[in-house]
Amino acid sequence: MKSLLKMSWMEAKLFLREPASAFFTLVFPLMYLFLYGAISGNEPTPMYNGQRTIEVAIPSLTAVIITMAGLMSNTMTMATYREKGILRRLQTTPVSPLIVLVAQVLVIFAMTSLGMLLLIAAGKLVYHVHFAGNAFSVLGGFVLSSLSFFGIGFILAGVMPTVRSAWAVAMVLVYPMLLLSGAFFSVEILPAAVQKVSAFIPLTYVVNLLRGLWAGEPWGQHLLDVGVLTGMLVVGVVASAKTFRWE
Amino acid sequence: MDNIIQVEGLRKTYGTTVAVEEVSFEVRAGEIFGMVGPNGAGKTTTIECLEGLRKPDAGMVRVLGVDPQRESHSLRERTGIQLQQSNLPDRMKVWEALDLYSSFYPRTADWKELLGQLGLEEKRNAPFARLSGGQKQRLFIALALLPDPQLVFLDELTTGLDPQARHAIWDLVRDVRARGKTVFLTTHFMEEAERLCDRVAILDHGKIVALDTPAALIRSLETEERVVFNVEGALPASFAQALPGAVRLEVQGGRVVIHGKNGRQAPLVSEVVSLLSGQGILFRDLHTEQPTLEDVFLSLTGREMRE
Repeated sequence: MKSLLKMSWMEAKLFLREPASAFFTLVFPLMYLFLYGAISGNEPTPMYNGQRTIEVAIPSLTAVIITMAGLMSNTMTMATYREKGILRRLQTTPVSPLIVLVAQVLVIFAMTSLGMLLLIAAGKLVYHVHFAGNAFSVLGGFVLSSLSFFGIGFILAGVMPTVRSAWAVAMVLVYPMLLLSGAFFSVEILPAAVQKVSAFIPLTYVVNLLRGLWAGEPWGQHLLDVGVLTGMLVVGVVASAKTFRWE
Repeated sequence: MDNIIQVEGLRKTYGTTVAVEEVSFEVRAGEIFGMVGPNGAGKTTTIECLEGLRKPDAGMVRVLGVDPQRESHSLRERTGIQLQQSNLPDRMKVWEALDLYSSFYPRTADWKELLGQLGLEEKRNAPFARLSGGQKQRLFIALALLPDPQLVFLDELTTGLDPQARHAIWDLVRDVRARGKTVFLTTHFMEEAERLCDRVAILDHGKIVALDTPAALIRSLETEERVVFNVEGALPASFAQALPGAVRLEVQGGRVVIHGKNGRQAPLVSEVVSLLSGQGILFRDLHTEQPTLEDVFLSLTGREMRE
């Protein structure tokens, strides 16, 4: 327990010292929020059933944070730790690999939460956003979405032979996901053919679930999203454990 | 328990390549045991089997009385390991690394004391990436000593270091032994093995080809001692006959090299010096040349390039 706490605290400090991970998780989504605010004005939009663009942007940008932290930061951290022999050094101590993985999950989750809290705080203070949902529902959806995505990072880091190849695959996955899932702009404005593709993008389910819960829709309307994300979570946990390598 | 490490018939293959085979030796409590050999001889494979990082294909390995494969967890609490290649995260600070690693062990040495002993006090807040090679190596030794282990593994510990750093690290390793710990190290510097180790095993093509104290290994080579000096003018023609311990005398200009016979008890150098002063011959720069562990190593493992 003591080593888990120490390791999590250490990893949190390292995360914040790494400019790229701190920027993409904490600063970059805020920049987009202000950009949307500046472009869209602050009036209700028929496209979002009377919600304002900024109110849709908060759960959507939360999905962006989940992708950046869970897929980019997580993959890069784990792949680098393996390639540079940092994990191998840990292997010579009595520490369990589970502690290494759990500490990483805790830190990425904490940073993702911090990113979301910054968005909410900015939305409240600057745009006085209206929140129609249930806070516990949104929190639940957020936890499920985050954890289901972190698995992808662990698997990539475990399967790809080098940091460079893990980074390349992560990039190839991240960009289409961000563009086609509705995280940056609504799928509603895309051509119908492209909208079909978005059904195969895991992030689409995160965006749908978080937006829905944020707008106050019941869980019952999002059973497909919950099902897909739960499946990803289960596969992610099992495959992360299976693909974990010290070296 | 006199034997800290016991290995019998160790064998490890990677695919069709035999990395080590028929390796047997033991390491006694309180000694610095060195394993030397050309690149690819199987040193790192052997040490990693002892550390429990690799599973031997055959043979018996006991470290601190236990099988490293079966009881790796308890063994890791009692051994300190410095790996040939490993790293810490670039932005982790020296004190943070020691503090973090302290939390992994049930019982540890005081890391603040270790910082001082290893001369890292000033680097306490330096990130890992900013340390020099020697400082990184000292930090890894500090991490290896952190669990206050009975046994310390040091794999290629001074590779890539400058002479100052190397000598400082040798002193550190002697300190570790003075504190009653046992050290198992690998190196490819023969000078390091000769100066530091109580006993040395020479490994070649995955097998131990010699194992003894450095002095005994050098004696076993049966290379003669040489006495070298400079003289003004010429030596008397009868000089060589007056030396019963000499087999050959070479003169090049003013420089004289006298080759001694093997296995004699009386040192050749005292015979030479007393003869020179008895005959009133002026000499300068007299020294003896002994064979070194490197000569032993080359005679056993050959001179052809490896890899």
